[in-house]
Amino acid sequence: MESALLIHRLHFAFTATFHYLFPQLTMGLALLIVVLKTIGLRRNDPFYNQAARFWGKIFGINFVLGVVTGIPMEFQFGTNWSVFSRFAGGVIGQTLAMEGMFAFFLESAFLGLFLYGEKKLSPKAHWLSAVAVFVGSWLSGYFIIATDAFMQYPVGYYKAADGSLQLASFWTFVLNRWALWQYAHNMSGAAITGSFIMVAVGAFYLLWGKWTEYGRIFVKVGVVTGCVFSVLQLFPTGDRQGQMITDHQPVTLAAMEGLFKGQSAAPLLIVGQPNEVQGKIDNPLQVPGMLSMLTYRRWSAHVRGLDAFPKQDWPGNIPLLYYSYHIMVGLGTLFIAEMVVALFLLWRGKIFSSRWMLWILMLSAPFPYIANTAGWMTAELGRQPWLVYGLMRTEDGFSKSVSAGNAMFTLLGFMGMYMVLGILGLFLIRRQIEEGPPEVDLSLKNLATTEAH
Amino acid sequence: MGSLWFWIVAVMVTAYVVLDGFDLGAGVIYLIAAKTPEEKQRVLRAIGPVWDGNEVWLLAAGGTLYFAFPQLYASSFSGFYLPLMMVLWLLMFRAIGIEFRAHINNSVWQEFFDVLFGVSSILLCIFFGAALGNVVRGVPLDATGYFFEPLWTNFKLGPQTGILDWYTVLIGVMALVTLAAHGSQYVALKTDQDLGRRARGIALLCWPLQFFLTCISLVATYFIRPDIMANYSAHRIGILVPIVVFASLGIILWATPKGKEKLAFVASSLYITGMLVGAAFALYPVVLPARDHQYDLTIQNTSAGAHGLTVGIVWWTLGAVLALGYFVFVYRKFRGKVELGEGHY
Repeated sequence: MESALLIHRLHFAFTATFHYLFPQLTMGLALLIVVLKTIGLRRNDPFYNQAARFWGKIFGINFVLGVVTGIPMEFQFGTNWSVFSRFAGGVIGQTLAMEGMFAFFLESAFLGLFLYGEKKLSPKAHWLSAVAVFVGSWLSGYFIIATDAFMQYPVGYYKAADGSLQLASFWTFVLNRWALWQYAHNMSGAAITGSFIMVAVGAFYLLWGKWTEYGRIFVKVGVVTGCVFSVLQLFPTGDRQGQMITDHQPVTLAAMEGLFKGQSAAPLLIVGQPNEVQGKIDNPLQVPGMLSMLTYRRWSAHVRGLDAFPKQDWPGNIPLLYYSYHIMVGLGTLFIAEMVVALFLLWRGKIFSSRWMLWILMLSAPFPYIANTAGWMTAELGRQPWLVYGLMRTEDGFSKSVSAGNAMFTLLGFMGMYMVLGILGLFLIRRQIEEGPPEVDLSLKNLATTEAH
Repeated sequence: MGSLWFWIVAVMVTAYVVLDGFDLGAGVIYLIAAKTPEEKQRVLRAIGPVWDGNEVWLLAAGGTLYFAFPQLYASSFSGFYLPLMMVLWLLMFRAIGIEFRAHINNSVWQEFFDVLFGVSSILLCIFFGAALGNVVRGVPLDATGYFFEPLWTNFKLGPQTGILDWYTVLIGVMALVTLAAHGSQYVALKTDQDLGRRARGIALLCWPLQFFLTCISLVATYFIRPDIMANYSAHRIGILVPIVVFASLGIILWATPKGKEKLAFVASSLYITGMLVGAAFALYPVVLPARDHQYDLTIQNTSAGAHGLTVGIVWWTLGAVLALGYFVFVYRKFRGKVELGEGHY
């Protein structure tokens, strides 16, 4: 039985983690493409419009991979977690169904028009289709976050006679306080991924000395949005997220921070390795009193440690949770530093000639993916041992009728399949970047308006 | 309230089969009907801007099923574990077959994605048909409300059935022929010249097979589940189902050789609607029959709480109106015969 639980957990964790590599770029780029299209339309600048077209192609490849790896997510609630679905489907079925009705239809209908219908549409209508794709992808994000928020902090439900959860208040459930902050934090993270990727491609072009006109646009737009969202990621969204964990999942907070024993004036750990056997941190490097300040806004406040909670309620994998959290926060802090310097150089007009900065910006491309993944691992490992916090334990939720052998079969199948998809995606996107943006014929300065009919 | 949601889900599944059915069907005939690279491009361009939206009906129907009948969703998705996972893999292959093919202009690259697209479309049609067959035949549910079916046992209809037995394979083949014909009608509608003529030819070739399989499947269904006629004898309105099914078949036979492409396509859609609504009508109020009828899953024992279902009507109606709006808009933008030229696919 134990191995079946492990395989079902790995099944969901693997497919969800791989899947989320794509939507974070989809959602981030959807916003940036709207920014490029808007500037292009307002200034009547063909470069911005062509830049949007270039990113549209990369967006298209990425979107396909997001869709095909996303479909299994909706299925797996039933296939691998059927007991959980029976238990909580009366509530979370609402948001999952709404995602289909409100987000997927919108996205899929207008993506086709955005990518292949530019000739059939006026510039304004084409801009609108970009906005529709953006709204669709960001709505989709909200419905998923609201679903997850219910698992983190269940509200708006009642327990029916058969023991299942049913909807009691639609708005309490949909506007869950947890969902609103988690959504802000998550979408800001997606915008960071989009910005960093755009900046990295721009820096690559500038370093290479090819398509430098576009390279400047990408760096300029990406650094501004990247800086804004890196700051928002920490404050207020990350801070509020931390507050909610302090209030509603105190045992998770203790595990994330590696606080084995409760104490007053608790320090904030910067580096150190959790030692579960001795219940302490090895090689700690810490800021005294800082954790108390961040959580309770007082230097001397008492923060409860893991010792304040029964062991069966501790998150199952404390070291992984601790590292995920610290990697996320560490990278987030570096993003702010990097983007503030980049913005300063941009303001002084020196960024395009600072090769060292361009190198840093180019090589930063993978790190938002790591930070976003680590963030989700923090949220989901932190929720353990609960599947629905305080209501259902993870070990009770998987499909008892699906044996470990069958689950392993499909897990291996997905691993093989996703390896192929990942290689194909990287190959096609790399090719698109190397091919570069389309040339702009400068004699057609007002291309955007003459092409319409 | 549960009954209303039963019909909403039935309509959404029907919408999925009619809409995604034509692009699946186009995939089934793709390797036979489209001979030159240019013709292949025409087929892909006919479905390119719409296939993704069509497939959303599957997700939306699945989500709505989850929301309205959580217990049915939990039992059926875990019970059909293996075939559902394979459907997922096939949907992935098919999606990249359509979308990644045009990125590289190399005949070897494109040939690979052509075969991927064609073969996965064929297998998906058979799987979807077999799934319908399983739902009509009944599954080995027990007192826990769960079941698990292996892919096959001995192809007979004993107490421990597999996903595939002679009956579900029959329905799978019928689905393949039906959707091949449906896809041919769509390709005939959207293209002209040799390709259009060839698609029309395939549709005509499918017709006798489709007629024959329809009759056989009705007899076979009655043979394995005589109780399936209960709703038809109790409610006279059920007589509409065979009328619509056979009238549509008649119209297809008349309209196709005359080149009335729109009428033939509409009739083909009506035929599919008739068959699916007929199955839903026969099952109601059972949502998933058990081999042993005391364990049947019904609207009564699977639906979500009353408040949730009531709230759902409000947003579902809004969402459905919006979705219809998008569909009308997009199909109008891409109406008429496809033209080659600038652009993807």
